[in-house]
Amino acid sequence: MSAPSSIPTASSAPPAPSVPGRRVRRRRDDTRLALLFILPATVGLVAFYFWPLVRGIWLSFTSWDLLSPAEFVGLENYRTMVADPVFWNAVRVTLLYVVINIGLQTVLALLIAVLMQRLSRSVLLRSLVLAPYLVSNVVAALVFLWILDFQLGIGNQLLSWVGLDRIGFFTSETWAIPTIAVVNVWRHMGYTALLIFAGLQAISPTTYEAARVDGASETRMFFGITLPLLRPILGLVLIISVIGSFQVFDTVAVTTNGGPVDASRVLQLYIYDKAFAQFDFGYASALSVAMLLILVVVTFFQYRVTRAGQTDLN
Amino acid sequence: MTETTTAPVEPATTGAPAPQRQETRRRRRPPSPGRVLAWVVMILLLLITLFPFYWMLRTALSSNGALYSGATSLLPVDFSWGGFERVFGLQSTEEAIAQGGSGASIDFWLYLRNSVVVATVVTACQVFFSAMAAYAFSRLHWRGRNAVFGVFLLSLMVPVIFTLLPNFVLIRDLGLVDTLLGIMLPGLFMTPFAIFFLRQFFMNVSTEVEEAALIDGASKVRVFFAIIIPMSVGPIATIAILTYIGSWNDYFWPLMVSYTDESRVLTVALGNFNAQTPQTGPDWAGLMAATLVAALPMILLFLAFARRIVSSIGFSGIK
Repeated sequence: MSAPSSIPTASSAPPAPSVPGRRVRRRRDDTRLALLFILPATVGLVAFYFWPLVRGIWLSFTSWDLLSPAEFVGLENYRTMVADPVFWNAVRVTLLYVVINIGLQTVLALLIAVLMQRLSRSVLLRSLVLAPYLVSNVVAALVFLWILDFQLGIGNQLLSWVGLDRIGFFTSETWAIPTIAVVNVWRHMGYTALLIFAGLQAISPTTYEAARVDGASETRMFFGITLPLLRPILGLVLIISVIGSFQVFDTVAVTTNGGPVDASRVLQLYIYDKAFAQFDFGYASALSVAMLLILVVVTFFQYRVTRAGQTDLN
Repeated sequence: MTETTTAPVEPATTGAPAPQRQETRRRRRPPSPGRVLAWVVMILLLLITLFPFYWMLRTALSSNGALYSGATSLLPVDFSWGGFERVFGLQSTEEAIAQGGSGASIDFWLYLRNSVVVATVVTACQVFFSAMAAYAFSRLHWRGRNAVFGVFLLSLMVPVIFTLLPNFVLIRDLGLVDTLLGIMLPGLFMTPFAIFFLRQFFMNVSTEVEEAALIDGASKVRVFFAIIIPMSVGPIATIAILTYIGSWNDYFWPLMVSYTDESRVLTVALGNFNAQTPQTGPDWAGLMAATLVAALPMILLFLAFARRIVSSIGFSGIK
């Protein structure tokens, strides 16, 4: 606070000490104008961030079908939730999705980022890598629904060429979640790679040169230099992508809609079903709170484990 | 450790005369096997990345009936514009059904218009209001500035997904369900990220020009419009493009709010397209033509601003 407030004093003093004090004061204190300038953003902040947070938590203690007034039921929604096998299944399915999605995505993104760093920094290459990120989840889902179609999809055609059995990628209970996870890896790996790539730029090339002179191999340099120095960035990337991954909805809604049976009914889809198919807004809100808690715990845990806030670069 | 021990060696190698340089040149000509392998892996990854785009195009340009016999053909089978014609409603119902379409009228132009309206209005308002707030947080002097900014930063911690359900209730209370305004409203005012991102750049605009203008009697409002905005066109364009892409691709929120064609955006329409499968099997050619048309505006936007978008991705803003 002290630094910025000292700037206008310094600037307004020299030109004319005889300028009426009124003008100097106006320059130094912009409170009224500032309040005007933050007004729209504040409306958005309160109405669409803080108020829904409070309201969502409140709704989770009610029973409400949108038509009759919400009725306070205490912890009943949470009691139902703990005993709800579909909820626990949704948690399990979501976790499975996150593990496959994040595991594969991080490895591939790291590979792409390191390859780009070693081979070329061209904008063209980076653009091509980013391309899938530009299409919506819905488009990605539909394209893979077609590519992996049981009868006509080129993916299954390839399998039968190689002599393997066709796979019902979206229709089998075993394959639905891994398939959806891979589809989203396809859409997000380039974006993640560019995030990691940006982090790689911060590592000084002289570190690599020095290691090379010492006769270190590429593998040795990757595990000895790249990975340790990348840790803070990688930590942030992981936190952000895990949060995104937990919220998977679009791809599932378009391809399997939770099926077969509940094999791909992820948490977010279950919340949507409860709210918009069964109009049980109270229970859906309780599920949302559960999701929020899971996210908070996972993020906190990751932050501690990856020590994302600290850097080893200095 | 390695860095410090080998540091003195480095100047010696660069200072070494001709033979050393010749050696490096010789080494560069036949690329090392490792480098070749790296390129092979990179190209393989690019193929995986780009193949679905090609497959969309190839399928969209095939006629639907022929896809059954020519499933493995790498080129369009029985080339036809039929898929695109069905998407834009240029075919009669009988013709569409004969070619494997659902025959149901899909008002693609309406969805396209809705998507354009939503993405454009959201981007314009959100970026403008965020820029105003960012200006107040970076260039205006007022009590409690940092505290209020801290409160805004807190909202970064609120997962958007958690706000969707209560936001829907709010939109419903306002009577805006199934309207474009209802879809746009939550994103209209700001995102904490946009404010944070723009504030970083506004803080770095030189104070000299601003002070000169102020001495000339310009108001702080004028400084915002005539100096800060023009001098930050780059970052503003970056955040605008990212917002546009995000808004265009959004699915979950519009799905909650819209029920009829009037407020249906492209992503939601595409999701529905899938549900209208005719009895003869899906109209893959039409579906792929539709996805391609839905993705095309973003691809064009990207082609125009690739360098800006690509270099904007990183942790320069977030710390």
